[in-house]
Amino acid sequence: MTNKMKLKELSDMLQDLNVESLEGVTIEGDIELNISGGGGLNPALAYALGNEISQISLHMANIGRMLGFPAEQLFASAFGMGEMPQPGTLPSQSPKIQELLASKFEVSKIDNWKNSIQEVTLGATSADGGSRKSTVTLGGENALPYYFDAPMPHRNYITMDVFDMPIGMAKAVKGNYEDVINDPAEWAKKVVRDFNADMVTIHLISTDPLINDTPAKEAAKVVEDVLQAVDVPIVIGGSGNPEKDPEVLEKAAEVSEGERVLLASASLNLDYERIAKAAIDHGHVVLSWTQLEINAQKELNRKLMKQCNVPRDSIIMDPTTAALGYGLDYAYTNMERIRLAGLMGDDELTFPMSSGTTNAWGAREAWMVSSPLKQDSDWGPREYRGPIWEIVTGLALSLAGNDMFMMMHPTSVQVLKEITQTLYGSIEAQEIDISNWIGAEV
Amino acid sequence: MKINSPLEAYKFLPATNCGECGEATCMAFAAHLIDRSKKLTDCTPILQDKFKKKFEELDQLLAPEIREVEIGVGEKISKIGGDDVLYRHKLTFFNQTKLAYDVWDTMDEKDLVERVTYIQDFRKFYVGNFLTVDMVAVRCTSNDPKRFAAAVKKVVQTTDLPIILCSFNPDVLKAGLEVAKDRNPLLYAANRDNWKEVAELALQYDVPVTLFAPDDLDLLKSMAKTFAEMGTEKLVLDPGTFPTGKQLKQTFSNFVKVRRAGIDGDREIAYPIMAVPFTAWMAHDDPVSASYWETVVASVFTIKYGDIMILHSTEPYAMLPQLHIRDTIYTDPRKPVMVDPGMYKVGEPTADSPVLVTTNFALTYYTVESDISSNKIDCFLWAIDTDGIGVEAAVAGGQLTAEKIRKGIEDAGFDLKKDTTHNTVVIPGLAARLQGDVEDATGANVMVGPADSGRIPGWMEKNWPPQNK
Repeated sequence: MTNKMKLKELSDMLQDLNVESLEGVTIEGDIELNISGGGGLNPALAYALGNEISQISLHMANIGRMLGFPAEQLFASAFGMGEMPQPGTLPSQSPKIQELLASKFEVSKIDNWKNSIQEVTLGATSADGGSRKSTVTLGGENALPYYFDAPMPHRNYITMDVFDMPIGMAKAVKGNYEDVINDPAEWAKKVVRDFNADMVTIHLISTDPLINDTPAKEAAKVVEDVLQAVDVPIVIGGSGNPEKDPEVLEKAAEVSEGERVLLASASLNLDYERIAKAAIDHGHVVLSWTQLEINAQKELNRKLMKQCNVPRDSIIMDPTTAALGYGLDYAYTNMERIRLAGLMGDDELTFPMSSGTTNAWGAREAWMVSSPLKQDSDWGPREYRGPIWEIVTGLALSLAGNDMFMMMHPTSVQVLKEITQTLYGSIEAQEIDISNWIGAEV
Repeated sequence: MKINSPLEAYKFLPATNCGECGEATCMAFAAHLIDRSKKLTDCTPILQDKFKKKFEELDQLLAPEIREVEIGVGEKISKIGGDDVLYRHKLTFFNQTKLAYDVWDTMDEKDLVERVTYIQDFRKFYVGNFLTVDMVAVRCTSNDPKRFAAAVKKVVQTTDLPIILCSFNPDVLKAGLEVAKDRNPLLYAANRDNWKEVAELALQYDVPVTLFAPDDLDLLKSMAKTFAEMGTEKLVLDPGTFPTGKQLKQTFSNFVKVRRAGIDGDREIAYPIMAVPFTAWMAHDDPVSASYWETVVASVFTIKYGDIMILHSTEPYAMLPQLHIRDTIYTDPRKPVMVDPGMYKVGEPTADSPVLVTTNFALTYYTVESDISSNKIDCFLWAIDTDGIGVEAAVAGGQLTAEKIRKGIEDAGFDLKKDTTHNTVVIPGLAARLQGDVEDATGANVMVGPADSGRIPGWMEKNWPPQNK
């Protein structure tokens, strides 16, 4: 064996050969190890050397195994590994290491997020034919939210709910709106002025034929009032009645011409073409609403784009929000799949997303005085349970890629803003030394 | 795991189709190995000596990318880690994030026992089970080994829950280990200064250990590599949980990076991750704000890759959402989301008992069912086929209609006129708008129940039996 050959190569070579043809072959030879440097072995060197020798013997053993010799049994009996290790004997067997072994942490960026999410702007200032003081731009992401792979161009935004008539609300929510509950314009003012809402959603629920059947024309008056009352971008919601909503949203779109509102919503179970047309004719954005089903979302987006010619910069998706404990797992994963598909190049899903986070208040944990089940531990005060239910519901979806949140409780709005903007990177805070957190007095 | 098709696993199996694993063929079993719904040890033949080599090779190939670490002993043993994917829909996440709540050694003994008991007993009913929390973390705030040992001892005597021993002082940890060594506690933590001594303890007592390297992933990885070389892979990584501002954003990046590197195959860092939302209490003085922020931080790191966490707030408004967000993220997305549509008898209903309608969304069904049965109401409960969508969304989306309700009842061969004395159907409050249509479709009286099934008992008292007809 004059040619130098690494043992690893030898074992690779043997693997490629038919083992039977090697019968009778013996491998001989000494293994020489040169240790350079001055005399004496320091512990680190001894350790490294030990490691090297063990690696070599492992390769040799592998060759032995390939040749049919039960090398592992030899190892086992040589090191007594067949027996139970005795307690207390472990430390003496394990290598003593005096210095931490160097290792550099490395991680790669995701290489198949090649597509950007569409940017969509809501609201229009006087320069663009509207009367809003400011606008909101959503989308534009090139990575999952807050990830280091690519900067996130826009923060999350929150639009707060206003209704055109008094509605049933959880007690913790109602307390904030009792003074404005009969006046949508005042209500809108309050959420912007006192609760720091980025936008306002006016829900025209009284138009539902099963509620008040308010005519579309009258409902449009309310929209005008709200546009007068606040100067932030607005969202206009119907009642959810599939027969009535197209008419209501058409009228609303007409009176808010130029303001670039979000019309909520187009869905597969109503005449989405009328809503799409209203948006196009008056320069608004369409909310494309489907129910927890990624393929339905693709279908509706496709129809809005191809059949109705809605421009790409005028579509936002609402893939449906289910409350924490009531299907949030589907809502979360549905959004996450939609966002990942968009980033990876599915052009039918590259739109910003909106969440009806207010749905969290439907969870009994958010509003009931106490658990209806006697076996449960005490649920504690509901005035603290409700807002956190709304926060955690929204927060989970923000991590799945949701851009805009429709919300109700002022505390929820404040805390969700704080955490999403912290993760976005725009919140400065005093640095905290956590190196000895264990001893902290709390 | 290193392989991803059943065929690759099949190659190692005995290929006898013996059926001992409960599957008809080895190929079917191989598919279960790949989706991790069966364990290799369910194949009894492969455990024989003659298959030893194949067993070992396949076992290696099937091992999850992130190592699994066990804390505690016996029935309450907790496994953490074991994940193979970055997104739950790609498979599912394994081993729920474990929630540990703290006690400290300068607490009154009475308070400590009370707190441990509360942590141990806290429970919330949900879809047929109780959600509970998992561990007790004992913090050394005295820096006195004796005092720490006494506190740990009290915890050991009070609960079977797994324990985390928290101190950076090796003497303190050793004192804790002496009293808790039979409980396989998790050591918290080795850091840049004490790692040699803590490694000794982890090896000597053969217990899992946390490595703490706040915002220093190189150090974290160096420690993990060093500990592995020294002989233990029972490691948990704490990259530091900074509670606010840019530091929290950096913490988020660190968690994502560590898990991504691990799933991508960097074995040196492929261990479970610990989050410490407790640090929220170092940023907030007022307990409600601190509890809220702790819950928020805990939620972020339940979703993004925390496998175990140490928390302080035991307020129900903090614990309930934490339990639910954990359940949300770790629910297996492959499990069926609906119950079979049809009629279910709750209790022992008679012809006088009410007929209640709900959807076949598993969560809705189980919630309604538990509210009714725990209040001992006998009734016929109808799960209408809404494709597994809940009431409110199904009404809005057209999956719950009068026609569906009529068909559901008739398909079951149930005749409201003959099989009940009242010819009445009770629909959910959230489906109130269907009342007239259901009356027309079924010819029955239709009553609107409460919007939340938790209020069915009160509703029954007022409205049942029906008065008018």
